[in-house]
Amino acid sequence: MSLDKDMVRRIAHLARIRVADDELEPVARDLERILGFVEQLNAVDTEGVEPMTSAVAMTLRQRPDVVTDGDRREEVLANAPDRAGAFFAVPTVVE
Amino acid sequence: MLIRGETGDWEMVLGLEVHAQVTSQAKLFSGASTAFGGEPNTQVSLIDAAMPGMLPVINEMCVRQAVLTGLGLNARINLTSVFDRKNYFYPDLPQGYQISQYTQPIVGAGVITIDLPDGSTKPVRIARLHLEQDAGKSLHDQDPHRTFIDLNRAGVALMEIVSEPDMRSPDEAAAYVTKLRAILRYLGTCDGNMEQGNLRADVNVSVRRPGEPFGTRCEIKNVNSIRFIRQAIEYEARRQIEILEDGGTVEQETRLFDARKGETRSMRSKEEAHDYRYFPDPDLLPLVLDPDWVEELRRSLPELPDAKRERFMRDFGLSAYDASVLVAEKETAAYYESLIDGGRRDPKLAANWVISELYGRLNRTGTPIEQSPVGAGALGELLDLIADGTITARTAKDVFDTMIETGRSAAAIVEEKGLKQITDTAAIEAAIAAVLDANPDKIADYRAGNEKLMGWFVGQVMRATGGKANPKLLNETLREKLKG
Repeated sequence: MSLDKDMVRRIAHLARIRVADDELEPVARDLERILGFVEQLNAVDTEGVEPMTSAVAMTLRQRPDVVTDGDRREEVLANAPDRAGAFFAVPTVVE
Repeated sequence: MLIRGETGDWEMVLGLEVHAQVTSQAKLFSGASTAFGGEPNTQVSLIDAAMPGMLPVINEMCVRQAVLTGLGLNARINLTSVFDRKNYFYPDLPQGYQISQYTQPIVGAGVITIDLPDGSTKPVRIARLHLEQDAGKSLHDQDPHRTFIDLNRAGVALMEIVSEPDMRSPDEAAAYVTKLRAILRYLGTCDGNMEQGNLRADVNVSVRRPGEPFGTRCEIKNVNSIRFIRQAIEYEARRQIEILEDGGTVEQETRLFDARKGETRSMRSKEEAHDYRYFPDPDLLPLVLDPDWVEELRRSLPELPDAKRERFMRDFGLSAYDASVLVAEKETAAYYESLIDGGRRDPKLAANWVISELYGRLNRTGTPIEQSPVGAGALGELLDLIADGTITARTAKDVFDTMIETGRSAAAIVEEKGLKQITDTAAIEAAIAAVLDANPDKIADYRAGNEKLMGWFVGQVMRATGGKANPKLLNETLREKLKG
């Protein structure tokens, strides 16, 4: 699968990763190599095989409906770049 | 329902995605509280804040509530379902993705019956129900340059319930949300409080010429009342028809309903087509349900509104209208059932008292029935006093007013105010004689053939006895006396 620079720019934007213009070409080549490696899997015939969503032969563990956490506002806000009293603060989001 | 345009008739096609907050103590994947109205950011675990290294563990109650809801929607329960990451960036979503279910939801296809204003019913198919996390809350109006974020709601469990595009009018969409809300509240899986945002809808609207394939749809996000759902649909259908009749094309997009202006508008901030890059969440294994457990839940389902209405009509002889009013809210149905006490009290009389007398008085003060100052037991005692002839129906209404004001028992009020019905023939005859003596001209009129005056005489005697005269005795005696 070949990737052009626009596709790389778009993927980078969706992931919020900054990729400089002169890096787009080399990143595209790197991603192509990764995709090529993964594409080898297509050679295997998986007709009629259930898709596997986990590599562990276990099902999901569940926990009881009990409040066991909370009241840790200072810890939660400790790493915020900006805060306003009890809130996180971010640049204005306009809709 | 068809809409007349400049160039002919149009039909609207509507599908709804309802987000219902699951009733649970703790969040979907963390042990933080779901309580409404807490101090900002006090109901947030390090999982909800998406701190590195934290792992989600699913809350069994949320699973149970989703399955119960699926059963109540007559839907298929998927014994294996998978959680996926829906990736997007927004400040109220600390993870950078929402844990949701995409290709394998916990509940598949179902159907509910909606009740329309003209008394008819219609099936609306449910496409699916999946579990997902709610986002935090953004406050845009606290600061000119910043948006404030409260994560108390982040991670609370939501059920997204997706209908098929089976609705054709605002009435049908409103009836669908009404019925869905009633079912959720009967099941106890969502409190249905639309003002608190615990039930909100994304509305998909398109228009077409009758009989033609579906047109391009627009999705109106986060409409949080039934009235707004109607308004948004009406505005949006009209907008699309105008575009099409001018020779334009409708663009598929996400729109916002502005309740103040009563219009929908494009959400320009989401210009870039969404690419959520769903993939199975590697932190969560597939959710596998025990079929015996599902069957146990199926057997434990409470009686739902449709079944209850049928039973009220069949067992108690109520009209379809009365039965519908009584089952619409589960608290009203519970009050009514407690009032009739297993059919010991007259079901029709009780229905009239709840619908006309109780509702009338509660509505005046905006009191919900579960906070009624007169409970079902106390109203029942009042109805017993009518049934055994202690007071007249007319007196009962006055007694009821006093009960509502003071919260005292019917018997105590009747005793204190001396409101017992007069069944003493001599007393009634005396009251009649007094009225007749004072109105010889009316008697002549009556005897000359104006029989409508009977009602007037009854009213006069009733007034004279303070409404306490036994109506049957009064009528019989009065008729006899008027003959002369």
